[in-house]
Amino acid sequence: MVHRSSVPMHWRLYESRYNLVGNKCLVCGEFFYPSKIVCPNCRRRGILKRVVFSGKGKIYSYTIIRNAPRGFEKYAPYVVAIIELDEGPRVMGWIVDSKISDIKIGQRVSVVFRKIYEDGKEGLIHYGFKFRVIDENNQLRD
Amino acid sequence: MFGIVGWGAYVPRYRIKTEEIARVWGKDPKTISKGLGIVEKSVPDLDEDTITISVEAARNALARAGIDPKDIGSVYIGSESHPYVVKPSGTVVAQALGCAPELMVADLEFACKAGTAGMQIVLAQVTAGMVKYGLAIGADTSQGRPGDALEYSAAAGGAAFIIGPKPAVVIEDTYSYTTDTPDFWRREGQDYPKHGARFTGKPAYFKHVINATYGLLEKVGRDVSEYDYVVFHMPNAKFPIKAMKHFKIPKEKYLPGLVVTKIGNCYSGSSLLGLSAVLDIAEPGQKILLTSFGSGAGSDSFSLLVKDKILDVQNKAPKTRDYIEKNKEYIDYGMYVKLRKKLKI
Repeated sequence: MVHRSSVPMHWRLYESRYNLVGNKCLVCGEFFYPSKIVCPNCRRRGILKRVVFSGKGKIYSYTIIRNAPRGFEKYAPYVVAIIELDEGPRVMGWIVDSKISDIKIGQRVSVVFRKIYEDGKEGLIHYGFKFRVIDENNQLRD
Repeated sequence: MFGIVGWGAYVPRYRIKTEEIARVWGKDPKTISKGLGIVEKSVPDLDEDTITISVEAARNALARAGIDPKDIGSVYIGSESHPYVVKPSGTVVAQALGCAPELMVADLEFACKAGTAGMQIVLAQVTAGMVKYGLAIGADTSQGRPGDALEYSAAAGGAAFIIGPKPAVVIEDTYSYTTDTPDFWRREGQDYPKHGARFTGKPAYFKHVINATYGLLEKVGRDVSEYDYVVFHMPNAKFPIKAMKHFKIPKEKYLPGLVVTKIGNCYSGSSLLGLSAVLDIAEPGQKILLTSFGSGAGSDSFSLLVKDKILDVQNKAPKTRDYIEKNKEYIDYGMYVKLRKKLKI
């Protein structure tokens, strides 16, 4: 596999890749992921506070990747989805640990910590969040 | 009074049956399965390793502990499958948990008992007042050479324990027994370990597990019959059951922690997953005896006393048996070869 990113670039993204960290405007109440520097609603009157999201949400949309890009062939078929977090923001991530037949729009999911990719055999291993399907009570599925 | 404030388990969802591995290598499935006492074992997904298993288990431990991650002053991960030879797994885990940067971190290795070695280090630090809370993890994605006896048992999983004041489970005492016994090893740069076949039994596993357990019992001045649950390291089901019979421990006291039959030997996570399965169901006032074993060789024995607080934390995270029984998917040997990267393209 080719190197996909520089080491410092990856390192700068640790906070938002390892955990779903964003922020919330205390004036209008909207949550943002990734973090905003200025609230787009309230502009200079906005007050932004760091927030760690619960990691739970539902599938807003998804696609099944059957022809994977270079470096990801061994994972195919895999599912990439847009997840609407319970707090509101939508984030993109893989769905793992789940049968493809269980993946439906509106299905509850929970965040998990996984390898995202490896820079070859000698390079860094990049970690981050993915999602797995859970039941309506936020428990592991049977 | 210090002990376990929160614990958490994690086991990957893929399973391969013992009979499927036996089929490929032309062995009698019933003989193998009955001999080892392992029906099936867990297999990690392509994007899982010791670091991801540690993070998942530790997040469950944090959910039970209900503490600020910044109060964790040390993280020790015991494993013989750290993803990096140089760059500690603990650095990634601590960062992901939100414990960094003011903490002590080191990766440990002592075959299957590195996780309990971490618990002893953390307990000592907490008792000495060096840290408020410490995190010890035992996790592995263990290796077995294709066709080797280890292939039937080498599995993946882990458990994490946050140790500190006002615990749900008091660690009353601990005792270790260590000798230079070459029963199992893996040299630098080698993909798979070597083992001493029958030599792994009497002079290695049984000698250390039994002596460590006797040593602990003498230290705490208690008879083994006073314990409600007993967990020994589980390289297979046969060894711990034989050791339990030596101590005349009835089935009902060791079956709740005998997780090896359904997930295999998770190496550094093995005895600790047994302990977490017991803690999931333990009641206040009950006593638990844990003895790990690591090849090379050594055993760490622990005496644990369950407090009332356990009832407040048991349901705050998924249970060990949930990971063992729920959402599992069976794979054939071909998929196993792919997932364990045994296929070199």
